[in-house]
Amino acid sequence: MIEFVNVNKWYGEHQCLHNINERVDRGEVVVVCGPSGSGKSTLIRTVNRLEPINSGSIRVDNADVNDRSASVNELRSRIGFVFQQFNLFPHLSVKDNIALAPMNVHRTPRVDAIEQAMKLLDKVGLRHKADAYPAQLSGGQQQRVAIARALAMKPPVMLFDEPTSALDPEMVGEVLQVMKQLANDGMTMICVTHEMGFAREVADRVWFIADGEVLERSKPAEFFSAPVHPRAQKFVSDIRS
Amino acid sequence: MLDILSDYWLLLLVGQFPQGPLGGIALTLVMSIAALLLAFPVAVAVAVARTSPIVWIRRAASIYVTAVRGIPLLLIIFWSFFVLPLVTGINSSASVTVVCALVVYEGAYLGEAIRAALDALPTGQTEASRSLGMSYWTTMMKVILPQALFNCLPSMMNQFVLIVKNTSLAYIIGSQEVTFSAHSINAQLLTKPFEVYFMLAGIYFVMCYSLSRIAKLVERRVERKRSGQLAVQGGRNSTLARASS
Amino acid sequence: MSLESFQVLAEPDVQRLFLRGLGTTLTLFITSSVCAYALGGVLVVFRMSGRLSSALVAAFVEYHRNVPSIVQIFVWYFGVPQLLPGPVQTWTNTHLGPFFFAVVALSLNAAAYISEDLRSGIRAVSTGQLEAARALGLGYIKAMRLVVVPQAIRGAAPALINQALGLLKATSLALAIGVNELMYVARQLDGETYATFPSYLTPTVIYLVCTLTLMFIGSRLQRAANKTR
Repeated sequence: MIEFVNVNKWYGEHQCLHNINERVDRGEVVVVCGPSGSGKSTLIRTVNRLEPINSGSIRVDNADVNDRSASVNELRSRIGFVFQQFNLFPHLSVKDNIALAPMNVHRTPRVDAIEQAMKLLDKVGLRHKADAYPAQLSGGQQQRVAIARALAMKPPVMLFDEPTSALDPEMVGEVLQVMKQLANDGMTMICVTHEMGFAREVADRVWFIADGEVLERSKPAEFFSAPVHPRAQKFVSDIRS
Repeated sequence: MLDILSDYWLLLLVGQFPQGPLGGIALTLVMSIAALLLAFPVAVAVAVARTSPIVWIRRAASIYVTAVRGIPLLLIIFWSFFVLPLVTGINSSASVTVVCALVVYEGAYLGEAIRAALDALPTGQTEASRSLGMSYWTTMMKVILPQALFNCLPSMMNQFVLIVKNTSLAYIIGSQEVTFSAHSINAQLLTKPFEVYFMLAGIYFVMCYSLSRIAKLVERRVERKRSGQLAVQGGRNSTLARASS
Repeated sequence: MSLESFQVLAEPDVQRLFLRGLGTTLTLFITSSVCAYALGGVLVVFRMSGRLSSALVAAFVEYHRNVPSIVQIFVWYFGVPQLLPGPVQTWTNTHLGPFFFAVVALSLNAAAYISEDLRSGIRAVSTGQLEAARALGLGYIKAMRLVVVPQAIRGAAPALINQALGLLKATSLALAIGVNELMYVARQLDGETYATFPSYLTPTVIYLVCTLTLMFIGSRLQRAANKTR
């Protein structure tokens, strides 16, 4: 579903991604973790070309992400992205936030787009907030709306860039709940997250990144009980303490 | 001063209308409103051009802004006065010429205010919109501009006050707005220049001060809405921002 | 609007005319700037010392903010001499020309804006700075002078440079009371020779050169000031 082939990225003199060669199969849930500054956010942002790469290729659903001749908008409409800072549109109501992209990209008629928005709000448990504005919602509620907004485009793959890092602790659970439900429904997901409980329960695989390199990739159970790479071992022991 | 006001209030208010063209305060306000309305689309275009991803568009807009900001408004008025008939073929009135000069002038200044508002929007807004697959223009029209234009309403109102003040230069090329009326009155009275011109100052003061107060009210409403917007960007302060707004 | 009209710029008389105009503009500018910045600083001090002086300064600022500059010039040049007692008025009429009144009007106007910019700059310096300075034992005035004001000026620098730019452009308004600055000279030339394009292109170029130079100096000053951070 998603393939990284020899991906390298430099930011000026600093190399932030080293020879990334990975793949994510359809229906897989991959959690990307690592110390801060490791490049995990950069990696996930290259998938929908929010960040360019210097060499190598990334393919999503058999389409080359960096193909200059293809429409980047078309590609992005098939990839769902959830931001750490939610980035809801403050001047639009919740349901308009969700309906905006289907109406403008897929040319969905407003009636259908709103109906779909309401269904998605049901799914994330926020139907009663349909007419509210983002400023009136808590962080956890805003993030759930952001997930619904991304789902409105019916993407085959969802990317999560530290979706709960900006939330107060008591709201983390409600967002993880939505993400778990998505995973159980068979969505292909890459999640950059610190939430190890989520990784243990839902992930099929964990990628450990440090200094722009994927140093270890294994099943969550193995990763958290017996990491192989010394840096991974340090990371796991740091989390425990 | 009050007797001058009572004798000449009509001249100050509407100039020689209806025996002549519209003048006085009425003309001042008409010119100002026309200038703001016509300058607005120019300013939006300049602001969007200044933030464009295409280099030569950005540069062209920067040159325009630097050039306009580098010369006095009076010089722009003189340029308009002799360039306009050449470009349009018609000899437009002094007031129309001044409005055109103000449109060029405000295109740059108001454009800068709008650009500042565009830059002040968090990049997350553009990223979120583009990530959903929306094009640059759709993002601009549906997400970025609605927010930026609302946020710079206070600046726009301040620019309007400046426009009103700038119309005072129009008399130099023959427009009969309120400064011209004051000159006429002084030419008739001759012995009371202080009263006449201080009264003129008073007239502008009342107009501009009232507009600034309205601008302050608008600013307060925009600030309130904007602090709500900070809550939308996420972060530990989200619940705090919600509590304060 | 033919290109032959540009030949008028080659005449030494014309060149001298523009040079004199430029000289007047620059003299107006420098004189007004010095007075404006000095007065602006004084006004800020008054703004912060007591309710009455604060109100007076606020009124001063509001007047200059809401009245167009050219009207302020008229009030000073046409109006104020009328208020002066007899002998003073005669002296003024013979000894003080439009240049003097233009400087007065432009300086006061700019001083009002400068005092506001400085005030914003001071407010922008976090109160923690003053508190820390006082906690070290510095008196209020010393604390302001050594800690707050330098930071305030650094913060207000862009606005202050903008005021200088505005003042340079505002000198063109002195044309209205007969001062022979650049715009007056250009208009004079246009009236005499009908060479409109070169008459107005010359001051355009000159103003652009001056404002760009000012902006350059300004950014250099700012960079030097920020280096010591």
